[in-house]
Amino acid sequence: MLVSIYRYNPDVDSVPYMQDIQVEIPAGKDLMVLDVLGLVKEQDATLAYRRSCREGVCGSDGLNMNGTNGLACITPLSAVVTNDKLVLRPLPGLPVVRDLVVDMAQFYKQYEKIKPYLQNDTPPPAIERLQSPADREKLDGLYECILCACCSTACPSFWWNPDKFVGPSGLLQAYRFLVDSRDTYTEERLSDLDDPFSVFRCRGIMNCVSVCPKGLNPTRAIGHIRNMLLSSGT
Amino acid sequence: MVTNVTNLSRSGLYDWMVQRVTAIVLASYFLFMLGYLFFCSDITYTQWSELHSQTWMRIFSLLALFSLGAHAWVGMWTISTDYLTEMAFGKSAMVIRFIFQALCGVTMFTYMVWGIQILWGL
Ligand code: SF4
Ligand code: SF4
Ligand code: FES
Repeated sequence: MLVSIYRYNPDVDSVPYMQDIQVEIPAGKDLMVLDVLGLVKEQDATLAYRRSCREGVCGSDGLNMNGTNGLACITPLSAVVTNDKLVLRPLPGLPVVRDLVVDMAQFYKQYEKIKPYLQNDTPPPAIERLQSPADREKLDGLYECILCACCSTACPSFWWNPDKFVGPSGLLQAYRFLVDSRDTYTEERLSDLDDPFSVFRCRGIMNCVSVCPKGLNPTRAIGHIRNMLLSSGT
Repeated sequence: MVTNVTNLSRSGLYDWMVQRVTAIVLASYFLFMLGYLFFCSDITYTQWSELHSQTWMRIFSLLALFSLGAHAWVGMWTISTDYLTEMAFGKSAMVIRFIFQALCGVTMFTYMVWGIQILWGL
């Protein structure tokens, strides 16, 4: 199989280039893209990429594989390869540190902005703040996010305004804290989001939904935030 | 909170609402016009001018005209802040964006004044 990989080492290369490498795929096996990267690295040890858990938990190997963002470790070749060719690029829209490694600072900054922790100004109970099963259920489909950035880097609005638009991942987390029954800062959180960029740059294209490797739905969460803003603003 | 002074209202929610409401107004005006022209295909100048001299029609037309202005402003402002950015144009982006926004603003204002003149002149 032909693997074409985006290469860029700022210390050596003046411009990025695509490197074509022929990789032998063991017959009868549906390898994951991450395994293929391992095979490539055996041939060319200078290739840089991130990975850790190799089972879709840590979120460190988000890549653009044949044009679609996803986690290399849980994406089987059969799901992305066409015409026996695999094109691997770093997540789009973020600065490249080297080869497939991107600088996630802007992405984390947006995450930080939504204050991803419980805020509660009522006196803490002796042991812990309890939550009914029904309230707990509201966090399903939100808390599972592993911050892999596949969604935000697939979102045109995030490409154009990565410093102003919070992006699908950050907004999914914003909603996760907005609906949490143990958080009392709903009003403050909403007023932080009521500008023309943070939430309202979402154009509902749903690229985020189609790439999320955890099957989450940021667009729906963004819709919920908009409704909360609407009901507090009308 | 991201601040901005050139959008319609400083509130994303308000702009969003304005764009939806004006879209409904514009759609109903368009459908009304389409229906009117369809059912009175052999329309005369007198009929046409009578229609536009009705108070309700003037209100409707004026509403559509203002809606067009507001709708276009929110849309063009969004386009300018999506594509005319520092990322695309470097340091001069601010000037380019401002000039673009100013041109859009003047154009919409012109259309509005001109539109009123036409409506009242019929
Ligand atoms: S739905 Fe919104 S957040 Fe998701 S990709 Fe589209 S614009 Fe981005
Ligand atoms: S929402 Fe999905 S794609 Fe986006 S960061 Fe979380 S896990 Fe990754
Ligand atoms: S290596 Fe951890 S998610 Fe892929």
